[in-house]
Amino acid sequence: MDAINNLFPNLSAALDSLLRRFLPGTVVDIVMMLVSIVTILLLLPVVFLIMTYLERKIVARIQDRWGPNRAGPWGILQPFADMIKMFTKEDIVPAKADKIIHFLAPVIVAALPFIAFTVIPFGRGMIGRDLNIGILFIVAVTSPAAIGILMAGWGSNNKYSLLGGMRAVAQLVSYEVPMGLSILVIVMLAGSLSMQKIVEAQSGPGNLGIGWFIFAIPVGPIAFFTYFFSAVAETNRAPFDIPEGESEIVAGYHTEYTGMKFGLFQMGEYVSVFGQSCIVTTLFFGGWQGPLLPPYVWFFLKAFAVVFVFMWLRGTLPRLRVDELMGFAWKFMVPLSLANIFLTGILIRLVQIIS
Amino acid sequence: MDIPLLVFLALAVVTVIGALGTVLMRNIVHSALFLIVSFVGVAGIYVLLEADFLFAIQILIYVGAVATLILFGVMLTRGVRGEQPQLNNQFLPAAIMAILLFVVVLVPVILNSIWPSSTQQAPTATTALLGQELMGTYALPFEVAGVLLLIALVGAIIVAREH
Amino acid sequence: MLQDYTYVGLMTVIALIFPIIPVALAKILSPKKPSPIKNDIYECGLETIGDSWIQFRVQYYLYALLFVVFDVETVFLFPWAVSYGVLGWFALIETFIFVAILLLGLAYAWRKGALEWV
Repeated sequence: MDAINNLFPNLSAALDSLLRRFLPGTVVDIVMMLVSIVTILLLLPVVFLIMTYLERKIVARIQDRWGPNRAGPWGILQPFADMIKMFTKEDIVPAKADKIIHFLAPVIVAALPFIAFTVIPFGRGMIGRDLNIGILFIVAVTSPAAIGILMAGWGSNNKYSLLGGMRAVAQLVSYEVPMGLSILVIVMLAGSLSMQKIVEAQSGPGNLGIGWFIFAIPVGPIAFFTYFFSAVAETNRAPFDIPEGESEIVAGYHTEYTGMKFGLFQMGEYVSVFGQSCIVTTLFFGGWQGPLLPPYVWFFLKAFAVVFVFMWLRGTLPRLRVDELMGFAWKFMVPLSLANIFLTGILIRLVQIIS
Repeated sequence: MDIPLLVFLALAVVTVIGALGTVLMRNIVHSALFLIVSFVGVAGIYVLLEADFLFAIQILIYVGAVATLILFGVMLTRGVRGEQPQLNNQFLPAAIMAILLFVVVLVPVILNSIWPSSTQQAPTATTALLGQELMGTYALPFEVAGVLLLIALVGAIIVAREH
Repeated sequence: MLQDYTYVGLMTVIALIFPIIPVALAKILSPKKPSPIKNDIYECGLETIGDSWIQFRVQYYLYALLFVVFDVETVFLFPWAVSYGVLGWFALIETFIFVAILLLGLAYAWRKGALEWV
């Protein structure tokens, strides 16, 4: 039982001691780091492929149609067909576009969500590195995505792309504030920025007797609401997908991108959806905690449940108008999250005084 | 083979290249992007100083917010293929002389100063300690910072709504 | 701590190189038949009308500016939130004043219509 629960930490400890017999200490450290990095970097594209399939099937079933069912039984081979398509499409770069910026933009947008996975706790003892600034690291590393999008919009030498890029960044930037403020509530409840400590604070002796943070009435659900909808807006998902609104501004900032570069934008989007789902499970749903099943299984179950909610929203809600979107962020979410922070502060003080 | 020293040199080179790129590039959007490279270099130097909180907020504020602000300003006023400003080089000799003077005065000062350095182990719980200091000893500067932000916000809104 | 950030540094470098591999692979596998029409800028299937300028809208700049101010506020609140357990009532009131000052700014922006999408 314990062996299955700690499968991956045990494997990595075994590999570590095996290597130490042949190689000097620091080299082994670097090699173990590389093994960990490569594992994460290979896991994520697989998750991406699964998610593209799930998205098309789930949205289709919500819309009362079949979704992909030609490529393989139940369309299971659809992601591979898509992959082959991405690799073999011609890469068309617009005339007079800034080639270097046009090339770097999707690389940056695709790479940043991967870096955030350094601090995601997949299970007990299964985290890239448990940095002291855990959740703040994630917020910091996902913020330059705005630069990547601006580069994409500008580098395409197309005024619609530039406009789409500006709108996307205005949206991204408006929803980062409520996101950061919601995280503050969780940090106050857990007393630390470190992701593993946040997970551990949701059970065991260190917590305030509330279990998972989403059950910390009334501040937990409010923080979950503000964080979740800010995350939906951050990843440009419906109902906040004006930047990608097909009927409105062609395809916004990735109009002039073809083939694999477009594939990179898609990968960046889906990996950040998965990343945000992992963060939501860590912050609000107790991360890898759960009875019976191994921790990493619980983590993926919870994360994919949140991913399902992302896709459910996409299939169900109509798109918000751009002024509604901005108004919602600045006039509702920001004051709500600030009030929530003070409510949390007062409640924690009161609990401390009572106990 | 002092690894932190090598890493510092690499980061310093990256920062200086970013700074040079900002000044020397003809296309102003390229200048802004090189400025971002500079910011990232400085963030790396914060990591070397074991100031992890500062590293995070350097990336969050400078690269995420300030650089976006700069790029917005540049892209909105230049269009996609805007004309580049005619850079006036007639003051180049005077500028070079001023820089040389500056360097000649500054470098001996830097080399001859005694830089105090601590042999203590840097704390690992940087954020918690910062919080306690900010609320205790530095309470007044904290509030003044808030007022400063308010002034900046109101001022920018006034200027921007002028037309 | 430096060891942790060695990991972060390695991860950043590898993550930045990682997306380049599929693009390079795609460049090898895909056809290359450039033509002037293909390289034209897309404008709903028509010829481009007018210069590639967009209208200057100060609204975008104001959103970015509001973001800078509130981001700095969030950054100031992070150390307070982490050490909240050991701070007293004084810290809570102090932070409340700080946030109230910035909420004044938000209220001003709201009244002056800086939050409207033109």
